[in-house]
Amino acid sequence: MPSLLVRNLAVARGDRKVVEGLGLAVAGGEILHIQGRNGAGKTSLLEVLCGLRQPAAGEVEGQPEPAQRHWLGHKNALNPALSPEENLRFWCALNGHPADRVLPALQEVGLKALRQRPCGRLSTGQRRRAALARLLAAPRPWWFLDEPLAGLDHAGIELLARLLGGHAAGGGAALVTSHQPLPEGLAGVRHLELRP
Amino acid sequence: MSAALAVFRRELLLAARSPAEWAQPLVFYLIVAVLFPLGIEAHDPALKVFAPAIVWVGALLAALLGVERIFRGDLDDGTLEQLLLADAPAPLLVGAKLAAHWLLTALPLVLAAPLLGIALGLEPLAVKVLSVSLLLGTPTLVFTGGFAAALTVGAQRAGILLPILVLPLMTPAVIFGGGAVRAAAVGLPFEAPLYFLGALLALTVTLLPFAAAGALRNAME
Repeated sequence: MPSLLVRNLAVARGDRKVVEGLGLAVAGGEILHIQGRNGAGKTSLLEVLCGLRQPAAGEVEGQPEPAQRHWLGHKNALNPALSPEENLRFWCALNGHPADRVLPALQEVGLKALRQRPCGRLSTGQRRRAALARLLAAPRPWWFLDEPLAGLDHAGIELLARLLGGHAAGGGAALVTSHQPLPEGLAGVRHLELRP
Repeated sequence: MSAALAVFRRELLLAARSPAEWAQPLVFYLIVAVLFPLGIEAHDPALKVFAPAIVWVGALLAALLGVERIFRGDLDDGTLEQLLLADAPAPLLVGAKLAAHWLLTALPLVLAAPLLGIALGLEPLAVKVLSVSLLLGTPTLVFTGGFAAALTVGAQRAGILLPILVLPLMTPAVIFGGGAVRAAAVGLPFEAPLYFLGALLALTVTLLPFAAAGALRNAME
């Protein structure tokens, strides 16, 4: 799996540059924890690295292809009228993945019993778990996770730690933004602190 | 292609979950067309003269009703990001969404139009031309509206901005559509305006999904 290399990167939000002169490298087996206060540019940087947003300057090399990356934004990408199962099946069909891992994925995140309830009737944490199930429904080597801890209870945070640990141990890479610390005991975690 | 089919099916599933939302344009269309005869006299000969304009402008306004929400829900819940990051060309996915929107909101208008044409006193030939003109013209209305919706999806108060932006773009379809029906009603050749509608259809259906996908990418910046 080729590394993601960033050289002299600048990221702008509107007219304001939120990140300037950034250089980093992320390889398989690593978890890059991007930290910083509100407005430091964590989400904007992650969007640039994932390919959702163009950089204001600099180079991003080795950006993964669409079929190689998972994007979990701060919005869960779940239609409130559809159930977790329907949302996941749609995502699999959209990306050309077989849907045979949808039910095991929902079971692993603890939502099998709620799989047919409309997402609009799930709690914030349950919706976050349903979004995390996408990571399991189709294995991809690159994970871009924007504030994945938001809304998760203690058990949810442990679940995320398990998923991240398993992903890194399997040779995958994850870039995770959060202003909270990541769960303790995760191997291969590096930290990048952004300052506004 | 399977990705486009997935988007198309999802739109139908969402419509089945909230049928009232998708029935609004048809109900609005019928009310507008019925209000005109009430505004003048039911047997006024002027009604027959105005019938093409009434049906076409009604279709235009009805098509505008649901346009704003084409991409709004996907932006609000984050699905738009997944559509733009999917392993499929974004214009194809946008085209599938707009095609589903046409099927759900505009095809009922096309199917109801002959009834309204007859009620407004149009001759059988003019009613046929009315149906054909709407069949050719409503995709143009929906795809143009979809492009404008993509341009304004990130904007606040898009509901006010959208009609101002989109109505001038939709004017050619109304001119040619209404013109074809008017010509058929008075026994003049009506083919040329229909050809123009066909040309507009080919242009909008093939080009505007690319423009709309570009506008959506821009909205994510």
